[in-house]
Amino acid sequence: MERSWQRWLIRFGIFIVMAIICIPGLWIVMTAFRDNVEVMARPPVWIPERWTLDNFRAILGLSETQQGIPVIRYFLNSLVISVTSTVLAVLIGMMGGYAFARYRFKGKNVAFLWLMLSRTVPGISLSLPVFIIWSRLGLIDTSIGVILVYLALNIPFTIWLIDGFFRQIPLSLSEAAQVDGCTRWQAFWKIEFPLAKSGIASAGIFAFLTSWNEFALASQLTRTTASKTLPVGLMDFTAQFTVDWTGMCAMAVIIIVPALILTFIVQKHLIAGLTFGGVKG
Amino acid sequence: MAEVRLEKLVKSYGKIGVVHGIDLTIAHNEFVVLVGPSGCGKSTTLRMIAGLEDITGGTISIGDRVVNDLPPRARNISMVFQNYALYPHMTVKENLGFSLKIAKQDAATIEARVAEAAEILGLTPLLERTPGELSGGQRQRVAMGRSIVRHPDVFLFDEPLSNLDAKLRGQMRVEIKKLHQKVKTTIVYVTHDQVEAMTLADRIVIMKDGHIEQVGTPAEVFEKPKNTFVASFIGSPPMNLLDATVADEAGRKVAKLADGVTLALPAAAAEKVRDGQAITVGFRAEAFSPVGYGLFGDSEVATIERTIILPEPLGTETLLYTELGGKEVQGKMLNPRVVKPGEQLSFNLDLSRLHVFDKASGMSVLV
Repeated sequence: MERSWQRWLIRFGIFIVMAIICIPGLWIVMTAFRDNVEVMARPPVWIPERWTLDNFRAILGLSETQQGIPVIRYFLNSLVISVTSTVLAVLIGMMGGYAFARYRFKGKNVAFLWLMLSRTVPGISLSLPVFIIWSRLGLIDTSIGVILVYLALNIPFTIWLIDGFFRQIPLSLSEAAQVDGCTRWQAFWKIEFPLAKSGIASAGIFAFLTSWNEFALASQLTRTTASKTLPVGLMDFTAQFTVDWTGMCAMAVIIIVPALILTFIVQKHLIAGLTFGGVKG
Repeated sequence: MAEVRLEKLVKSYGKIGVVHGIDLTIAHNEFVVLVGPSGCGKSTTLRMIAGLEDITGGTISIGDRVVNDLPPRARNISMVFQNYALYPHMTVKENLGFSLKIAKQDAATIEARVAEAAEILGLTPLLERTPGELSGGQRQRVAMGRSIVRHPDVFLFDEPLSNLDAKLRGQMRVEIKKLHQKVKTTIVYVTHDQVEAMTLADRIVIMKDGHIEQVGTPAEVFEKPKNTFVASFIGSPPMNLLDATVADEAGRKVAKLADGVTLALPAAAAEKVRDGQAITVGFRAEAFSPVGYGLFGDSEVATIERTIILPEPLGTETLLYTELGGKEVQGKMLNPRVVKPGEQLSFNLDLSRLHVFDKASGMSVLV
């Protein structure tokens, strides 16, 4: 039997852990909605006394004062780069995952191992070689340059994840569909794809978040508004001696919100376990 | 007409041969069971008929079409899989109608055919459920229903009952038999269970190591096994097989067992063997019963005194384990009384029901 003090101890532990995780995030959100004076105040003001949207107006260029940071431009860059690299990574992941799960071919295991090994290399250690190659190819400060790097980061992961989901689907389902009159292609779209949907959605959200939040490589490969993404843009708020904390936090909120919304939309798929009632259990 | 014809059918994976040139013709509306131990190539053969497995050599024809290179969808076959392979994301109704939908039949036709199949298999109350909400037997019936809605030329069954418990297996066996009577179609059925094969088949095909050992009606393969493999595979308990040597005793050919017991050979077999030939004699448990507890009619019997090692009471009969020719053999006691281990009993062995095989080839001397 679980004693009540044990239960309280567990709750207290959970509270501490959640506080460590949540308070910095909460602090960012609160900072985004108060003015700079309050942020800098000493002793610190814990609970904002005056909520304001001025910071958002400022960085979105809606206030009277001139603002120097093209947040909307960064947002669009981030969106184009993340969506494109996610869509491509999921498409290639589906093809690769299906091939690894369903076909036998020469060098399959070696190829799979290499894909996984590529995940063990920290991306940042490749930034210099990538920078040199990209500069020769003229890909520095282009969206395509960043998209290619993110594809390389994401594809091994999407292949691995989607492969696992296709593996769980019994081969006989596809065979039954083929006997039922489907081409292999139809069997894929009507049977195997719907059953692997959760896995594909998970792969998609992970790929998107990786691209959306990535900072280190993007900061090397982007220079101007032509390709700078939101996380890189955050650095624009730091000057030599000052940091515009409120502006930076307002932008951080702008970065977090789409990711949160997307995660909520897809979470049904993330948690929906596949039900394999169709075959013996 | 949907006759299925296999000619010199070969399947190999690289250098490893799985099916070695089998020939088989399955008549229109015939129920044929492929049976054999695992790895005998029966499932591979079925999957080649279905088109799920490439053919290495030979031809397969369904009706008057050679289907070697046709994909499964173009063969007008249907298949029930061992794990049922129902589509988990569709209801029973959608599962049943799937093939018709793929074939772009209109909604009214699909509705009618699904209703018809559901009626035949008693699935009507389950149509809105998903496979996950069904019991094993119900899933099995949905799998069969999915096959029959298409009105295929040939039904293929790949060990459909092996995932069910013994009682349900018995029930489903009867349902499959009834289904064949209702929906007259050619059926090719694969199983490793000889009881299923005996009860369902019009003709049984016994396979081993990628070869066909014997093809025949259940009665033929039971009563006239071509070789020792078929003799030991078909029938439960398996046929007793004893090594012996042909000898001459008072002008009659007899089989001399390892322990010196001699059994007079039936006339038909006696003609086909020579003195000194190494043979294997076989008899089923029901041909070997304690005196007064068997059915022998006026057949010639050999009476042998034996010690019981173990009785196995089954209710209407008792299996008796004893020893003959240096090997353990089984006899059958009808209308049994209680028998104790170690008891001495006189057995009658029906000599007219002796099977004689050449020891070297394993083939029956009568074929």
